[in-house]
Amino acid sequence: MPDKDYPKLGVVGHSVKKVDAFGLAAGAPVFVADEIPRDCVYMAMVFSPHAHARILGIDASEALAMDGVLAVYTHKDVPRVIHTTAGQGYPEPSPYDTYMLDDKVRFVGDRVAAVVATDRHLVREAVKRVKVEYEVLDAVFDPREALKPGAPVIHDEPQARMPIPVTYDPKRNLAAHVEAIVGDVDAGERDADVVVEGYFYHHQYQHSPIEPHVCLAWPDPNGRLIIKTSTQVPFHVRRIVAARLGIPIRQIRVIKPRIGGGFGTKQEVLLEDIAGFAALQLKRPVLFEYNRTEELRSSRTRHAMYIRMRAGAKQDGSLSFIDMHAVMNTGAYGSHGLTVLSNTGSKTLPLYRWPNIRFIGDTAYTNLPVAGAYRGYGGTQGGFALEATMDELARKLGIDPVKFRRMNHIREGQTSPIFEALGEGKAGVPQTVNSCGLDACLDKGADAFGWDRPIPKRVDGPIRRGKGMVTLMQGSAIPDIDMGAASIKLNEDGSFNLLVGATDLGTGSDTVLAQIAAEVLHVPVEKVIVYSSDTDLTPFDVGAYASSTTYLSGMAVKKAAEKMRDRIFDVAARLSGVPVDELVLTDGAVQAGDKGLVTFERIGLSTLYEKDQQQLIATASHIVHQSPPPFSAHFAQVAVDTETGIIKVERYVAAVDCGQAINPALAEGQIEGAVVNGLSAALYEELRYNEKGALKNKDFDTYKIMGTMDLPRIRTILVPTHEPTGPFGAKSVSEICINGPMPVISNAVYDAVGIRLREAPFTPEKVLALLRDKGY
Amino acid sequence: MKITFKLNGRDEEWEVEPGANLLDVLRENGHTEVKRGCDTGDCGACTVLVDGVPRSSCTMMAGQAQGREITTIAGLGDALDPHPLQQAWVEVGAVQCGFCTPGMILSAKALLDEAPMPTEDQIKDALSGNLCRCTGYVKPIEAIKLTATRLNNDKGVTDA
Repeated sequence: MPDKDYPKLGVVGHSVKKVDAFGLAAGAPVFVADEIPRDCVYMAMVFSPHAHARILGIDASEALAMDGVLAVYTHKDVPRVIHTTAGQGYPEPSPYDTYMLDDKVRFVGDRVAAVVATDRHLVREAVKRVKVEYEVLDAVFDPREALKPGAPVIHDEPQARMPIPVTYDPKRNLAAHVEAIVGDVDAGERDADVVVEGYFYHHQYQHSPIEPHVCLAWPDPNGRLIIKTSTQVPFHVRRIVAARLGIPIRQIRVIKPRIGGGFGTKQEVLLEDIAGFAALQLKRPVLFEYNRTEELRSSRTRHAMYIRMRAGAKQDGSLSFIDMHAVMNTGAYGSHGLTVLSNTGSKTLPLYRWPNIRFIGDTAYTNLPVAGAYRGYGGTQGGFALEATMDELARKLGIDPVKFRRMNHIREGQTSPIFEALGEGKAGVPQTVNSCGLDACLDKGADAFGWDRPIPKRVDGPIRRGKGMVTLMQGSAIPDIDMGAASIKLNEDGSFNLLVGATDLGTGSDTVLAQIAAEVLHVPVEKVIVYSSDTDLTPFDVGAYASSTTYLSGMAVKKAAEKMRDRIFDVAARLSGVPVDELVLTDGAVQAGDKGLVTFERIGLSTLYEKDQQQLIATASHIVHQSPPPFSAHFAQVAVDTETGIIKVERYVAAVDCGQAINPALAEGQIEGAVVNGLSAALYEELRYNEKGALKNKDFDTYKIMGTMDLPRIRTILVPTHEPTGPFGAKSVSEICINGPMPVISNAVYDAVGIRLREAPFTPEKVLALLRDKGY
Repeated sequence: MKITFKLNGRDEEWEVEPGANLLDVLRENGHTEVKRGCDTGDCGACTVLVDGVPRSSCTMMAGQAQGREITTIAGLGDALDPHPLQQAWVEVGAVQCGFCTPGMILSAKALLDEAPMPTEDQIKDALSGNLCRCTGYVKPIEAIKLTATRLNNDKGVTDA
């Protein structure tokens, strides 16, 4: 274990208190909507009631006549720049298919016109008074239908394009296409002793951060645009808003305060462009916040996906081939439509040693609300299909599913051809797995769960019990694309300011990054004051996505802190007369041989006030050339009520290899939150529409997310490994565990009652229908 | 219309619009420690205690506060002088994004006032009106158990 081979850690590896937690627990005014300037005005959007229509005319006169209504903006009033809302690196691997406002609407809930008024209630009233004349067009909602000849063309505007050279054919509603072929699946199938085949449907649901999207934009006294926004990607917001408004990037400052959860939906530029436009037009602060209905319908969702699977294995348990064909629904716009699709293969297939692989995927535009980044990012959809398929193979071979995984999973020192074949908008990057604790995850998880103990299946009356397990992988950052940077400066009391572009959206990354700096500099975490995500003040970072912050930004912090340590040594050598190579860092000071301690306070005072004054400051950037997967094994016990079809998850164990956990309590929190989000999606949540594509469940009463009453007993086990390319051995932990619940429930329900759940969510109706077919 | 009520122990007299809801009125008067998550009484982010009972302030008329004692999270403690529940929430890692935290802690406060040593089922029941998307509820439940144990130890009651 790491302790033996690596130096003992003082701050890293300890569950220090989250640096912002006391303020948050006290309800401090730290979120965007908590501090509203006195002269603030309010924006609300007129949203489309039609799934597909052309706007023939907009009559805003009645709204504008209302006392306190300041403006109504339509497509005729705003810059016409086609772009993407996806907050990704540049150039974005998502199609440019979205205008700030357009003369066409493509889903129920699409932007039509923006209204600004002096009061937050008034603006909602004014929205109702805007009259819009539409020419309603035929709509299509099923991605398989949308790809057929003759389907309504959703993006008929000639300007729609991909900014990178990949397949994109909006005339066919094709937003993305991906193919990766390794070996020969037909030959693999001929060699296989057993073959399983089936299709899976992963449904559409919404992230549901408790704080909906919200943004406050205002012009500063010199006309620059300041945007305080609930975002995961402040630097991408700055770049994309500049492009949309046609103003220089230098004219925009984006500030990220505390964020009330994101989970991917705030990796989008959804409000900032038009709020910023209005702020510059009206020369006043503009608050634009979504209500819950708008958050569910007009932000972003999980990409729904159909996956057809064929896979085979030999009688000895070795794998022969896998053939995976995905059709993904991106909704009306193509945000993340290519990269979620490619990750459906790249975050799942390398987990096992398939000699022959075919992965083909198509992403279709439809007239439904728009999908986007969501924790798990393809790994969730692909993981469902893959892990249920692995369960079926194991059962057909008569091999215990844990043993079957052990026989076939990737190990340290091994690679997968998929790493190179599937990238994010370009070819992938070959990599060898440097750290893999999956065997230990299987050992400890199975032991904690009691996998080898039989579960009495038949209990009282209609209840049947069963158990299931899965193994999982994800990545850590996007190789050769993502960059994170950090600066650190010394103060005269021996404390440090750590400035990071990295974006803490509630995950605790400010704390984790402070711990990394504190570890390098041998100070307690209280001496590292973190300020993050302000495009005027902090260095660049791509933002909080792709499980990148600890691994990528953490390494930037480590490098910056090491540079600072070297600067400190230089000054300590000058002050003490002891050469640098004889200096040793100790608690908050430099041990200068027999000359005693030179404290950081002394160094800070000297450099700022005494002689040859200078600000000690160090900056470092980090890019990565691999995306080391975290690994995980999940186990669950379910009880199926054969009379009602209700599934109850009774026990859940998640064993996770995230390398060295920088802060174990925060790492556990990531796992527990992801598991419950995954359980909620698998069992309860689904965006449901009427025949015209209008969302039916528009509030938390009808769109149920999991609360405490449904909670199983959850046991989290951190399995330490050491990832040599990560800071202090760390890999990612934030996304991986959301991929477990859906397949693990499917596998456990099969164990209980012999039905295979292939279509999520697993509602009582679906369960009952399958039970009836089975003769229950 | 005018309402008089007690807010976090202080007597208040506020002029409010008839029909205004309590959440809006609280936030407009600077009490942004009460968070807005859904406006339909389903998420619990806007929970306040009304005479000690947790209620969603978004589905209450401001007029319903007349003569009542309203407690927001600011009435429990602040970052420098936290309530034992806030302290425990921070210590066990139950704060992630923190948006649901004030409401959840208020529900927990009402529970501990009624049941000083609650069972896990009582805790789950008490938090059932507070949605959280970050924590999976595991650490908030742990924080309540820790607080209950500490408060009871302080009182000299041993943990059965």
